[in-house]
Amino acid sequence: MPGLKDVKDKISGVKKTAQITKAMNMVASAKLRGAQEKMERFRPYAGKFAEAMSDLSGGMESTDLPLMEVREVKSVEIVVVTSDRGLCGSFNANIIKEAEKLKRKYEAEGKQVSVVTVGKKGMQALKKTGTLRKSFNDIMGSFQMFNAREISQDITEAFLAGESDQVDIIYGKFISVGVQRPEVEELLPIKPVASEEDVPQETTGATGSYTYEPDPNEIMEVLLPLYLNVQIYHAMLEVGASEHAARMTAMDNATKACKDMITDLTQLYNKARQAAVTGELMDIVGGAEALK
Amino acid sequence: MAQIQLEVVTPSGAVVSEDVDIVTAPGVGGEFGVLANHAPFLSTIKTGTLTFKKDRVAKYLMVTGGFTEVSNNKITFLVEGAEFGNDIDVERAMQAKERAEKRLTQAQQSTEKVNRVRAEAALQRAMARLRTAEMSHS
Repeated sequence: MPGLKDVKDKISGVKKTAQITKAMNMVASAKLRGAQEKMERFRPYAGKFAEAMSDLSGGMESTDLPLMEVREVKSVEIVVVTSDRGLCGSFNANIIKEAEKLKRKYEAEGKQVSVVTVGKKGMQALKKTGTLRKSFNDIMGSFQMFNAREISQDITEAFLAGESDQVDIIYGKFISVGVQRPEVEELLPIKPVASEEDVPQETTGATGSYTYEPDPNEIMEVLLPLYLNVQIYHAMLEVGASEHAARMTAMDNATKACKDMITDLTQLYNKARQAAVTGELMDIVGGAEALK
Repeated sequence: MAQIQLEVVTPSGAVVSEDVDIVTAPGVGGEFGVLANHAPFLSTIKTGTLTFKKDRVAKYLMVTGGFTEVSNNKITFLVEGAEFGNDIDVERAMQAKERAEKRLTQAQQSTEKVNRVRAEAALQRAMARLRTAEMSHS
């Protein structure tokens, strides 16, 4: 039976841990709210952008734009977006696992694979594979559009230089506070965006009724890199929200586990104390008996 | 005077949403103005100053690259960044300009094209900021 003092120390230790996990849970939930607001603010921009893209690409026939060029795929680049910090359950592990699976799949097809990571956790896990081309670290805390632009410029250069023929992005999609799922999307070459509903709108077939300045092709040339920024920024937003949601759940579980442990330990402590009291009583009674 | 609905949307939210008399924007092919009931129109925007007037009061907005769409008496700007002239930190913009200039001269000596492009963009942004701030203070 462990000594009384040992149990007491352990209880206070676990209590402190519970305090920390509780605090982390609250911080994560506040940050999640912030991340969700950020997503909400981004929605009008992204929506409008997709709309314009589909309007434009619908009216285009030639796809001689370098970012839309479909080549025979010999090498694939995978952009893995994870969080910078851990303690968020299996969130990052799931993304990394999925990335490795994708990588093996491409390699089995005889394609060369390079990896770009966003977020420290992905970098730490994937640098061992030796295919890490570049990593962007310590930006997930408070990223802005220019961070996304930096990444998109980097992968665009590689694509245009012919170092990669296809670029995929993999990130943790925020489904709900309880569920986050790794999601794979193709970034490059950019595919013409199909409009979400094929209902004839006021603007469909009306590509001709717009005046373009300069012509649609040149507009697309400007828009495509911006569109890539939008997609990367979106992935980062999703990971941002997912990370905090995952941490919330993980910390909640940890706090619960701590509470269970405290209950068990308190029982153990009470038993130990009772045993000690009983033992002392027996001694006293025994001593008094002997004096008679 | 007939008005047109102006909206400036950035990734971090809408910056402007109001009815105005006239909008002047830095198009890729040069500056252009839009009045109420303009024909449907789509153009790319370069880094520069967006001006809009309402009741003879002009407001200036520094915008970075994006595009604009005019339809149904509404003009929407989708830009990566937008700042009101009055909110611009002139000192910081000056420093950014100097930094970008320095980087640009460095980049010109080396063969790296990337850095030059980035430095040029940074310089453009800094200059647009300064110009916009100046315009809204005069």
